[in-house]
This record gives sequence, structure tokens and C-alpha cells, in this order.
Amino acid sequence: MNLVVALPVMIPLLAGSLSLVFFKSHAAQRWIGVLGTAALLIASLVLLAKTWNEGILVIEMGSWPAPFGIVLVSDLLGAIMTVLAGIMGFAVAVYSLPSISREHEAFGYYPLTHLLLAGVCGAFLTGDIFNLYVWVEVLLVASFALLILGGTRGQMEGAVKYVTLNLFSSIMLLVAVGLTYGMTGTLNMADLAVKLPEVENQGLVTVVAMLFLISFSIKAAAFPLFFWLPASYHTPPIAVSALFAGLLTKVGVYALYRFFTLLFAHDVGYTHEILLWGAGFTMITGVLGAAYHYEMRRILSFHIVSQIGYMIMGLALFTPLALVGGVFYIMHHIIVKANLFLVAGVAYFMRGSYELKEIGGLWRTRPWLGLLFLVPAMSLAGIPPLSGFFGKYIIIRAGVEAESWGIVAVALVVGLLTLFSMIKIWNEAFWKAQPEETAARAEQFEKALNQRAVTLMVLPIIGLAIITVFIGLAAQPIYEIADAAAAQLLDSSDYIEAVLGVQP
Amino acid sequence: MEAIMALVVGALFGASVYMMLRRSIVKLVIGLILLSNAANLLIFTVSGLTRGAPPLIPEGMQMPDGAWADPLPQALILTAIVIGFGVLAFAVVLIHRAYEVVGEDDLDQMRSTDT
Repeated sequence: MNLVVALPVMIPLLAGSLSLVFFKSHAAQRWIGVLGTAALLIASLVLLAKTWNEGILVIEMGSWPAPFGIVLVSDLLGAIMTVLAGIMGFAVAVYSLPSISREHEAFGYYPLTHLLLAGVCGAFLTGDIFNLYVWVEVLLVASFALLILGGTRGQMEGAVKYVTLNLFSSIMLLVAVGLTYGMTGTLNMADLAVKLPEVENQGLVTVVAMLFLISFSIKAAAFPLFFWLPASYHTPPIAVSALFAGLLTKVGVYALYRFFTLLFAHDVGYTHEILLWGAGFTMITGVLGAAYHYEMRRILSFHIVSQIGYMIMGLALFTPLALVGGVFYIMHHIIVKANLFLVAGVAYFMRGSYELKEIGGLWRTRPWLGLLFLVPAMSLAGIPPLSGFFGKYIIIRAGVEAESWGIVAVALVVGLLTLFSMIKIWNEAFWKAQPEETAARAEQFEKALNQRAVTLMVLPIIGLAIITVFIGLAAQPIYEIADAAAAQLLDSSDYIEAVLGVQP
Repeated sequence: MEAIMALVVGALFGASVYMMLRRSIVKLVIGLILLSNAANLLIFTVSGLTRGAPPLIPEGMQMPDGAWADPLPQALILTAIVIGFGVLAFAVVLIHRAYEVVGEDDLDQMRSTDT
């Protein structure tokens, strides 16, 4: 019994139920929010350490043996993703304390966050494709409710698109799961990895692979299926945006990594070629959208799309080095992207607007905030020695070694354009003077500013910035973890043996 | 029987996509309802339709005798129906609220948050 594998799912579920018990007491909910996510972070770190030392861990739920029962499996990629979910959950829980309004708390912000984290961790750890669908639905329902918390017009309009396209992708996933079961008679991922190559009509397997590809690409916001993301991510409260930006699309990316290494690696020339084209266009469209906009949250939302392209590029090249780069990039991206949203939130509480045209002068009044912005911003653009440089370097080097010159060129140009839009935010929000027309509003927000609230909001930002610098300065140990995770992805025999207990 | 079911599933998928491409948000939700039902029927069909053969194991044997209906797809569908029901209930409330806030049921009027 490896109970530790189930803990990252059980802790948020328990914390969520507890905060429902104390639904009337917001103080209790806040404590449960911080302590519950801290417990999740610790449990996920223990899980990663144990997976690192002992290899792939499996727990059979209800003691039904695989492949008949549902298993939770923690290989290195799953454990790394769980740790990232723990870090994000904890950072956002602390940040929520001052930034989430009392009305939003009354609508059940904290229980929903825990439920979302449970769904995310469940999706990262499950070893059963139908169970994956269930966890995806759990996190989707929680994200629907979080997205419309407050019920402004923008949120409603964004939510209609978000809900429709995500439901569509879930149903595609369900259809693909059903077809897979019809072909092979099993739902267990390890068992599928054995049985899918034995299916007589391999063309059908490729068709099902494409259904999974479309479904997860919608969830990951890859080109040309990303339109729900920039229409909705800038509408909810900023803490929710940060949590979504860090975790939700990455569930889609994780599922792509899992499915297109373990299950559908039989026709790499076809499936991964499509992924490669998708990756290139995802990068370009995302970064061009960001270059156009002048609203901080919209810029950052579009950058999620463009960064997803780098991760998919790592998978699509499908060499050992490219997968290492992809895993490294996911680790770096989740931390940095959420941190940028958190910084934008602090800027909002100081100036009263996310529109870059309407704010300014932050460097003059708060130079430390400028520095805290520069760390994730320069990391996102890929300036050494921060984490983004090594992520991009590994992936692009893998592209050069695979001689895919087109995608390498795209990745380099997109990196430059990323730097451009980060400098745009820097120039407008921090460097230029506060515009006269909105000076009154800025002053009003400055007056209403509560020093304790600012401290609480800045603490998680500092924490995430330290992690960013750490990944950059200590790239070697992080690289080794990513390397081991990629090796497990490429050679699925360990995974199959751990789950089924027999050599494939 | 499978052929008829396949046609039904195809017709349901077609109808649902048609409904979702309308501009009215009510038709959008009707499209989603049809879509989830089409998916459920597809799972039901794809695992093979076996009539009158419950998966019961005769006494003293390890496996069911002869042809038997696979109960697992039905368990999957049951789960999917429950999830689909909850999510669609949310979608119905959402379009109601969206209609109240925007004052229109036309998706073309809901573009202020788009790119």
C-alpha cells in the first residue's frame, strides 16, 4: 500500500469538505485554505522524493488488482506536476487572503479552489483513462464556478465560450475513451500500452489518437483551438486567473505528454508531425496576440498560449533531449506565469486598472515591485541566468539536433517577441509617469491600500521569484530530474511493469 | 442493429453541431445536451450490442458461459450521464444569468471579452 500516492488527491478533497462544513465562517475557511494547501505541498514533495528514490509508485484503489480496478500511478512526471500544483495552490491561497473580496468568499471561493486542486492532482496521478475523464470533469466544474464568481458581464460572456468549448472537448475525450475500450477492452493505461500495438487495424488507433489530440489540444489551448482562453482568462478575480494560468492548460499538456509517449507512439511520423505544426502556430499566434494588446491580463493570457507551443514542441520533436526540455519548460512555466499574474494583481491594487495606458509610475513609488516583476518577466522571455533561458535552450538545442530548422526559427523569433511584450509592460506600467487623467483614481487606490494586505500579497510573489532564480542558478539538479522523468516517458516498460506487475 | 445505432449516433452528432453553430445561446445548450447523449449512445454501441445475455457466472465455473453483455460500458455511461447532467444544469443556469446580464440571447452580442 502506497497511501502517499493518494494523499495529493485526498488532502484537497478533505480540505474542501471541511471548508464546506465551516461555510459560514470565513476566518475558518481562510485557515483551512492556507493549511490545506500547505499540507498538499508537503504531501506532494514527499511523493516526489519517494518516487525519485523508489521508482514508480502504484496504489490500487479499493484493492482491485490492475487492470480491472482503478490505479493511481506516480511516475516522475506525475509527481513533478503534483508538486507544481501544490506550490501553486499554496501561493494562491496566501495571495487570496487579502485579494479575494468578502462577497466572493461568501459564494464558496475556498471550497471550489480545493475541489479544483483535487481534480488537477487526480488527473496528474490517475492510471486509468476513464478516471482521467472524471477528474477532468471535476476540475472543470470547479473552474466553471470560479470563473463566474461575482457574475459581471465580462465573466458571463467569457464563461459561455469557456464552458461550451471545454464541454465539447470533454465529450470528445469521452468518445475517444469509449472507442478505445471498444477496440481493446481495457481502460488501464499500462494495459492499453500493451494492447494498442496488438490491434489489427492500426489506422483505427490513429483515428482515436487524433480524437484524443483534439480533445487535449482544446484543454491545452493549442492552435487552432485556443480561442476560449483569451476570451475568458482575464475576467475572473486575479487570484483565480493566476491559478488557472498556472494549472488548467497544463493538465491538457500533461495528458498530451502521457498519451503520446505511453499509448500513441506507434505512428510518430504522422501524429507528432501534426503536433509539431500545431506547436509552431500556437507559438506565433499567441505571441502576436500578446503584442497587440494593452491590457496586462490579456497580454499574459496570450502568452500562456504561446508558451504552450514550446511545451508541445518538446513533445513533438520526440527525441530524449526534447522531452527533457519539455518537462523542464513545464516546471519553469507554471511558476513564472502564475507569478506574473500575481504581480499584475498587486499593480492593480495600487493603480486601479489593468489597462497599461491608464497606469504608470510604479517604478518611482515601488522599485521593489519593479524588481519582482523583472524576475518572472525576464525569465519568461528567456534571459540568462533565469529559469526560462535553460528551458528554451534545451528545447531549441533539441530542435537543432533534430534539424527541424523551421520550428527552431519560430521558437527563437517568438522568444524575441516575448521580450518585446514584457518590455512593453515594463515601460508602460513601471517606467512612464502616471497619466494625468487617471491620477485621481490612482491616488484613491493608493490611499485605500492596506500595508498588511500588500505584505501578504507580495510574500507568495517573492517565494515564486526565489524558485525561478533557483531553477535558473541550480539548473543542473532540475535538469537531472527532468532527464529522469523524460527517460521514464520514453521507455514505458517500467511503467507497465509497475502497474501490471509483469515484464511487457 | 449496430448499423442503425451508428446512424442514430451520427444523426445526433450532426444535429448537435448544427444547433451549436446557431447564434442563440438556448440552441447552444440544446446542442450540448444532444452531444452528450450522442457520446453515451456511441459508447453503448461501440462495445457491442448483446441481447438477453446477462454476465452471470454459472455455479462452479470461473467465467460466464457463451456470449454475454459487457456491463462495463453501461457503468461508464451511467457515470457520464450523471456528470453530464450536473454540467448541463450548470450550463442552463449560466445561459439564464448571461441572458439577464447581457439582455440578449444572441452570441454575436457577447463579444466584449473577445480578442
